[in-house]
Amino acid sequence: MIEMQDVYKTYPNGVVALNGINVRIKQGEFVYVVGPSGAGKSTFIKMMYREEKPTSGTIMVNGVNLAKLKDSKVPLLRRHIGVVFQDFKLLPKLNVYENVAFALEVIEESPKVIRKKVMEVLDLVGLKHKIRSYPNELSGGEQQRVSIARSIVNSPKIVIADEPTGNLDPETSWGIVELFEKINDRGTTIVMATHNKEIVNATRRRVIAIENGKIVRDEAKGEYGYDASYV
Amino acid sequence: MTLHTFKRHVRESIKSLGRNGWMTFASASAVTVTLLLVGVFFAVMFNINHFAKKVENDVEIRVHIELTADSRQKDALRRQIEAIPNVKEVRYSSKDEELKRLIKSMGDEGSSFRLFEQDNPLSDVYVVKAAHPQDTVKVAKQIETLPFVHKVNYGQGTVEKLFDALKVARNVGLVLILGLLFTAMFLISNTIKITIFARRREIEIMRLVGATNGFIRWPFFLEGLWLGMLGALFPIAALSIVYYNVYQVYEQRVSLPFFELLPFSPFMWQLSALLLVIGAGIGIWGSVMSVRKFLKV
Repeated sequence: MIEMQDVYKTYPNGVVALNGINVRIKQGEFVYVVGPSGAGKSTFIKMMYREEKPTSGTIMVNGVNLAKLKDSKVPLLRRHIGVVFQDFKLLPKLNVYENVAFALEVIEESPKVIRKKVMEVLDLVGLKHKIRSYPNELSGGEQQRVSIARSIVNSPKIVIADEPTGNLDPETSWGIVELFEKINDRGTTIVMATHNKEIVNATRRRVIAIENGKIVRDEAKGEYGYDASYV
Repeated sequence: MTLHTFKRHVRESIKSLGRNGWMTFASASAVTVTLLLVGVFFAVMFNINHFAKKVENDVEIRVHIELTADSRQKDALRRQIEAIPNVKEVRYSSKDEELKRLIKSMGDEGSSFRLFEQDNPLSDVYVVKAAHPQDTVKVAKQIETLPFVHKVNYGQGTVEKLFDALKVARNVGLVLILGLLFTAMFLISNTIKITIFARRREIEIMRLVGATNGFIRWPFFLEGLWLGMLGALFPIAALSIVYYNVYQVYEQRVSLPFFELLPFSPFMWQLSALLLVIGAGIGIWGSVMSVRKFLKV
């Protein structure tokens, strides 16, 4: 569960990114975060996995206040949160299997467990037949599937995705969203920032619209859009 | 840390040496050049030190006893000398022994002194050694004040100058070595910084999936260690070969009586170990320093 209370964020250069955010995301929800570039969407997302710290306010994730979380405890938090990016962030010199296994090696799982879990998630994302391929041999959609596999391999309760379809064509994007829905069906909370109007409108999930550092709209079965005039 | 993890770190660090081939070469070369210079300095320094110790230990005070002193007065003088603090040993040398020594030290021309065997003009001598060579001058000054002392001889002036010169040589050497080591550390820290810069993506991903800083640091720590030790190999080999040959030539052809080189074994083993440790040290220091700024949360 994610809960933000009166979260403000001002960057050292004076830019106000978040201007009083209050939000509650329950376990198992699927949430789209929409808003124009520079509205604070990325900061909002980064707060959830403690890439940024709030200037003031509290952020509870899985019962931990991230505003007060010590730097040394951040790695432990990250092990319970999967993160997916627009640019996939795969290691080019590792193959598919190794890229996914990386997330488990880092938390010192035993090789036996690693093998089992990696094969499971690669099966889930439909890339079991490409485990020996390297990222540059894969299509964009396939690369994103690998990165999603990596984000869920240690069974996090929350997966946060920052424009995961930003670099993909519409058809491939649908495949990725369907994959997120599948993961969501297993009880994992999904928070996904996106500019993809078509997908948001078609899936009818909860939509949080952010503009000028504030939540301007929060609807249970929302549509894409953030402009005040649009609503 | 589990054994699996440790093995992974070792594997990763070695793989990384290969992947960053040219940077590995550059960093190791920086260590090599530095250690070559440092090694030469050390070799010279240790030998100077060795020489200095030998000279210092050879420094003795020759106390010439008044010709008029009888044996009881000589004994009294001996006790008085022995009572001076920092006196290690007092040896008596009669005037006949002194003459023999003189004749011997003169070599072929010494035989002309044999004339004096009939009527020896030399005086009996107490040879005094100070516990610490540095105390020689002080002890000598005190002995001078004692009764029945005709003259005190310890190479006045020469000894002081020699000690001063050795002190300067040691200090200059030490400063030069420290300077070289610092230069090497910065060179290595910079080269490793570049390899890490190329791998900041890897570090970023490690942090995203929940790797602790310690976990991230390990492979770099080991990589620095390998780099340093790799860089130390060539200087160790080169210095060993050169020193071996210099030692052989010196011992066989030159060999001055007052100056001896430290024998190849164990000196070269000790120097090699020292260079290896220094290499590893600067390698580790360089990599740990440069990875640090990428680990700020």
